[in-house]
Amino acid sequence: MTMFKKILIANRGEIACRVIKTARRMGIATVAVYSDADARAPFVQMADEAVHIGPAPAAESYLLADKIIAACKQTGAEAVHPGYGFLSERASFVEALDDAGIAFIGPPASAIAAMGDKIESKKLAEQAGVNVVPGSGGAIADTAEALEWANRIGYPVMMKASAGGGGKGMRLAWNDQDVKDGFEATQREGLNSFGDERVFIEKFIEDPRHIEIQVLGDKHGNLIYLNERECSIQRRHQKVVEEAPSPFVSPEMRRKMGEQSIALARAVDYHSAGTVELIVSGADKTGDSFFFLEMNTRLQVEHPVTEAITGVDLVEQMIRIAAGERLEMTQDDVKIDGWAIENRVYAEDPYRGFLPSIGRLVHYDPPVEPWASDAETYDGRGVHVDGGGIRIDDGVREGGEVSMFYDPMIAKLVTWGETRDAAADLQVQALDAFRIKGLGHNVDFLSAIMQHPRFRSGNLTTGFIAEEYSEGFAGAAASDHLLRNLAAIAGVIATADEDRAGRIDQALADRATPTGDWTVRLGGRDYAIVMEEDAITVDGVEIPIMMEYTPGDRMIEVEVGDDSLTLQLAPTRTGYRMTTRGAAHEARVLPTRIAALAEHMIEKVPLDLSRLLICPMPGLLVKLHVEEGETVQSGQPLATVEAMKMENILRAEKEGVIASIKAGEGDSLAVDEIILELE
Amino acid sequence: MSANIAELERRRAAARMGGGQNRIDAQHAKGKLTARERLDVLLDEGSFEEYDQFVEHDAVDFGMADQKFYGDGVVTGSGTINGRLVYVFSQDFTVFGGSLSKRHAEKICKVMDMALRNGAPVIGLNDSGGARIQEGVASLGGYAEVFQRNVLASGVVPQISLIMGPCAGGAVYSPAMTDFIFMVKDSSYMFVTGPDVVKTVTNEVVTQEELGGAVTHTTKTSVADLAFENDIETLLQTRRFFDYLPLSNREGVPERPTDDAWDRVEESLDTLIPDNANQPYDMHEVITKVLDEGDFFEVQPAHAGNILCGFGRVEGRTVGIVANQPMVLAGVLDINSSKKAARFVRFCDAFDIPILTFVDVPGFLPGTGQEHNGIIKHGAKLLFAYAEATVPKITVITRKAYGGAYDVMASKHLRGDLNYAWPTAEIAVMGAKGAVEIIFRQDRDDPEKIAEKTKEYEDRFANPFVAASRGYIDEVIYPRNTRRRIAQGLRKLRGKALENPWKKHDNIPL
Repeated sequence: MTMFKKILIANRGEIACRVIKTARRMGIATVAVYSDADARAPFVQMADEAVHIGPAPAAESYLLADKIIAACKQTGAEAVHPGYGFLSERASFVEALDDAGIAFIGPPASAIAAMGDKIESKKLAEQAGVNVVPGSGGAIADTAEALEWANRIGYPVMMKASAGGGGKGMRLAWNDQDVKDGFEATQREGLNSFGDERVFIEKFIEDPRHIEIQVLGDKHGNLIYLNERECSIQRRHQKVVEEAPSPFVSPEMRRKMGEQSIALARAVDYHSAGTVELIVSGADKTGDSFFFLEMNTRLQVEHPVTEAITGVDLVEQMIRIAAGERLEMTQDDVKIDGWAIENRVYAEDPYRGFLPSIGRLVHYDPPVEPWASDAETYDGRGVHVDGGGIRIDDGVREGGEVSMFYDPMIAKLVTWGETRDAAADLQVQALDAFRIKGLGHNVDFLSAIMQHPRFRSGNLTTGFIAEEYSEGFAGAAASDHLLRNLAAIAGVIATADEDRAGRIDQALADRATPTGDWTVRLGGRDYAIVMEEDAITVDGVEIPIMMEYTPGDRMIEVEVGDDSLTLQLAPTRTGYRMTTRGAAHEARVLPTRIAALAEHMIEKVPLDLSRLLICPMPGLLVKLHVEEGETVQSGQPLATVEAMKMENILRAEKEGVIASIKAGEGDSLAVDEIILELE
Repeated sequence: MSANIAELERRRAAARMGGGQNRIDAQHAKGKLTARERLDVLLDEGSFEEYDQFVEHDAVDFGMADQKFYGDGVVTGSGTINGRLVYVFSQDFTVFGGSLSKRHAEKICKVMDMALRNGAPVIGLNDSGGARIQEGVASLGGYAEVFQRNVLASGVVPQISLIMGPCAGGAVYSPAMTDFIFMVKDSSYMFVTGPDVVKTVTNEVVTQEELGGAVTHTTKTSVADLAFENDIETLLQTRRFFDYLPLSNREGVPERPTDDAWDRVEESLDTLIPDNANQPYDMHEVITKVLDEGDFFEVQPAHAGNILCGFGRVEGRTVGIVANQPMVLAGVLDINSSKKAARFVRFCDAFDIPILTFVDVPGFLPGTGQEHNGIIKHGAKLLFAYAEATVPKITVITRKAYGGAYDVMASKHLRGDLNYAWPTAEIAVMGAKGAVEIIFRQDRDDPEKIAEKTKEYEDRFANPFVAASRGYIDEVIYPRNTRRRIAQGLRKLRGKALENPWKKHDNIPL
């Protein structure tokens, strides 16, 4: 079999770019398909050819197998890489490609079908000798039978109403007494809430972690596993942070998980790249409590972390396998080299309850140039040669659009280091240098996670975000040390800006030297900054700062003592906003003589935002659902704002009475404009 | 120290105390600085030279003969802002509530005369309870003397008013005739008649803040240009604002060094205009990506948001920017936006500040609300202002330039020096749909034909090339190169010489 000459990528965004780049290195021509919304997207321009396949909604474009096959025929593409999502796990699509004589760069249709069914796949896994969560399987008749099962499975167990959900009809039991007390109650709850009294029992996984095994197989029966990835940091079942290897997995555990995964893959005649997802109990330190969740029969979003520690280009392998080549490596060749972490940069605003934020990337400047498969910029493990171990996978550029139609992921930021801490440190550094303006994004939030002591300890569970940020996110906590350094930096910047302001022409006399005496208010306290000829002191203590700053700079790199700090700068009316290390810090910077006068200013009480309905995005107020004086319940629609041709219903966060309405239907609202007030 | 120097020092110390410590404390308790403290913040350190420190009033009625304070309620003089000369007066609320006496007015007039003669701006810090009632008509006369100087100085030196306390009655008319008014939120207000009189006459109940506070005047009335949180913020931002302004109509714009490359390419501007002609985009992005360092000082941002006005720099030199804002009312011209931009254009023209105009305008706003309130006359103001302006005028049409609004927005026909269009520009009498409904009125019940004709009209006119073929557009440019084109254009226009015919003055449709 010979290598493909041309392949089509049935996907969009970063993954389309990523596949195109590897194909290009392999000398394979590429075809992109695109919807109306992506006409200007980078992946379309990057591909050798591009075929328009329909309007923006995926159901009318990227999910239409016929259009994709027609595009293959039109362009003569011999194979299709599906990326992830869309058609990547549709057996019928693979069959249709087969019928059309087009190769699928992925597993066989039968494997996709087998693993696509939750119940079926679990049975197959069990048969293949993969651990599955122990449980009764069927409904249990009475308390006596429940006790029997509970003891067979081992405590703790969960008693679950068959029809239950959303926390209802679920009871945890740690011992026989709990079962005796709770079983019938669970049945009743099931009956009352769902009209179904069937209850089954399952092992309760304590401190659950999400760990997955990457498998890779060719069409000749060779199967290997490329270690694990841990993806426990999730928000509402959406992965946010992934890493490889996992801090929880021992070599022994890795081998067991790997071998079971291979057994499952073998059972379904798997080839190409696939991932076996496992739920692992962090409470069982032996590492034996890992259980099958599901198998994803495609390339995963987080595959770059595996590439970074193994040096294997998974897309290249998928293409070679699809073309019939044999795996060139064996299990013994698979090593773990260092540590890799991936953060998903999403267009969602952690400061506003993770509200999705679509719109234009007015500024977009990642810390290094996007991943490329040429050895000059990116090395064998896929990290940038000059970035110290950074990899960016993105499908956007400055001036591009994050649209409402697709996944809100802006970019994947991967870092590699010798150790986990090194990779996490590099994440913090790279996130500081990631400039995104125009829409809300989670860069600060990611940085906060990377710095979080619990993340650093490796003590992760899938509840990490819910537990650590139960009150929402308000920026990463800053140390006194950081604030003091920022105060000093603000002094340097203010002095330089002042110096430049003094170099305006038409001056009356020789310009005066700018003041070197600043009072910086930061995080609620004042810092006295004194700039001398060659020293900067904060509250009398010298701070060794090395930095270059030219007025107008928005990104600054600073060496303070042994620390290096990258910060993003925005002028405010009385100082600067400095964003670094996962938070934006508002610094009021005044010459000390003026700061003394500023003491007389009255601190204005910020508005009680919980009483206000604030427009979350610029848009048109198309409808007010309430009137003044009306009592509203939590969750009741208050107003509808149309933005980017999408209607957003704004709801009451709590019960209350509408005190006053500040905007009218038909008004164009700015972001943060007050729509109405509650009493 | 000799006795006479000691006496000077004693008197100076007394003058610096204004109305005394109690009143100073009261001023501070309201979150306000004193007249002198304000000047300390506004001016370069140590640059203030005070005049008329020992002036006192000459009133004798109502016991005034016994109540005298050095300076008589206003601190006047000159100083520098980043080295450049400015004349200032700062009303002292601690002395007779900052009320204006004849002598108080004379002090203001003196610095205004000096400013006019010497060619430097005037910044007035207003914090006054009004006329010195004890002086009666002498106080009124004082106001009028100030008004007269405001008018004579208008267009000769920039005048800025900072409203930092009460400013009521006739007193409002001095700031009203200056070029820019900045107000302090919650501690300043301006009105001709206060809430009490309003209540008596019209039975309306209204607070000072609602009637004439900073928010009212920067959103509803447009009397003020900007509102700031407190004295410090107001004064520091005034310093920043001052750096854009020429000292007088003889000096030309100031120049300040910048490291921002004049030929910086902004590729992202190529994708700013959405595919859908009805979808808005933020014109601020064009402005900030074209100007030096993304620095745009917008005036009246909270009023008539469908047009943006403000200052920026290109290659370190001040420019005035006027731009339609598609985000608000699709960028349409209406009464308020026409008035706002007209006044801004005239300020730029008066002081030799080149004008950059970014156009995306679908036309004038229809409706009885507009017609009955005189959109004809108000729209004409902007047309008039652009047409009479002789400063360098560079225009960039980013998208729509429809109908009469195309003519108004610094078109070639109004002596635009360089008129550029992005490839997305549509220069036409109106949008295709409207045009076809008129031209093919007889086919209006045939949607297919209308659609076909609309397409035909779009193909013919929804582009910049028809206008370019007539020379109405000097060049169709890549959006990414807009900064480079403008910087180059401004260099070439530095030698521009254009004069209007001699006249006593024009007769703009007020």
